[in-house]
Amino acid sequence: MHVSVSEETAEQQPAAHQVSAFLERRREQIAQRWADAALFRTVFTVSRDEAVEAGRAVAAALAAVAASGRLEDIRAAGFEAVRDQLGRMAASRARTGTDPDGVAREVAALREPATELLRAEFDDPNGREALECVVALTALMGTLRLVVMETTVSAGEEVIARQREQLHEVATPVIKLWESTVAVPLIGTLDSARSQVVMESLLDAIVAERARFAILDITGVPTVDSLVAQHLMKTVAAARLMGAECIVSGIRPAIAQTIVHLGIDLGSVLTRASLADALAYALSRQGVEIAPLRTADPAADAGVR
Amino acid sequence: MTGAAGPPLAGATGGYGFTVPVLRLGDVLLVTLQGELHDGMAEQLQHDITSRIAGSRVTGVVIDISGVDIVDSFLGRVLAEIAAGAGLLAARTVLAGMRPAVAITLVELGLTLPGLRTALDVERAMELLTGDPRDGERSP
Repeated sequence: MHVSVSEETAEQQPAAHQVSAFLERRREQIAQRWADAALFRTVFTVSRDEAVEAGRAVAAALAAVAASGRLEDIRAAGFEAVRDQLGRMAASRARTGTDPDGVAREVAALREPATELLRAEFDDPNGREALECVVALTALMGTLRLVVMETTVSAGEEVIARQREQLHEVATPVIKLWESTVAVPLIGTLDSARSQVVMESLLDAIVAERARFAILDITGVPTVDSLVAQHLMKTVAAARLMGAECIVSGIRPAIAQTIVHLGIDLGSVLTRASLADALAYALSRQGVEIAPLRTADPAADAGVR
Repeated sequence: MTGAAGPPLAGATGGYGFTVPVLRLGDVLLVTLQGELHDGMAEQLQHDITSRIAGSRVTGVVIDISGVDIVDSFLGRVLAEIAAGAGLLAARTVLAGMRPAVAITLVELGLTLPGLRTALDVERAMELLTGDPRDGERSP
């Protein structure tokens, strides 16, 4: 494997070296042309000098990659110098609403000005040597496009991972409703990872609040299948082991029917229709009753209102 | 009446040189488990508890496992057996102080310990056994 790679690079070496020398020699001109291309023009709107500077850096990086002979390698060391800059440019385009497809097209548009300049270098633009150099430069520009896309995609993945984590934290608050009573309003689909987070935060809250009653409200859970029901039952069982009684509330009529149709046995779980019913149950079990205030004088009562 | 007049501390050594203390507080026996419970100790503890209940007028047993890091299927079975044995002698058993991590592990293992009463800590467990009788019947 190693041998074949070095052979390949040796074969392309003359053309690659020529391209490298060309990119070094004509860096200024290429940068000037690129500054007018859509990608640089739209990213660096404030000053053209900045766009030219960025173009110079990219051209220098391409020259370094060409000199190393690794035209098709997106991990080539030469790209490292501009990877951050390319990432920022791609991100800036994405912020203005350009889809990855559009960014790819804009990067592809950088090839034409460069190859034009390269052709002009040769006495015979259609000669074998010129063609070989153009092919090498085209390959290099293709790799640049891949580098930009790769940077874009990995940046997107980072964002998704961070948001997923945030969603887990944000979407599972444990609320203290009353002395010794905590509730978790569940919003959204309950998968294994989330139910784990719910279980952990609920159990921690039971310890922290010294809760006797824990209410799991599933009003915001769109569907309940056997897997979700299993997660609920696990959470209920874990809360019971901690000495708290768990109540599942917010079961909508459609969900109640689904549960029955699926044949899921929630017999071991205490259920109530709404969060209010669950709270009323928890309060009554603690000997607390909520009643309207009664004043001795009806007139005073009216006066308050 | 060995429980009342006898030594306040009955030990379960099981040949490990380590004792599980069984304390009597009024009508309740308090057992505090620490660290690991070996087979021999578990057997000795079961024997100690049942004989203490039989020999005195104890109506409840509180098993405090707040110092236990790992509850496996063996310990789960031992606890269930102690509760069943105490139940035959008309004493109620309450498992107190389970840690969140232990509860999650037990549930993942499918050991939900049905039939065992649970409480957040020893204080709540004592409340459960001596206080409001309505609170003692915890069933859905």
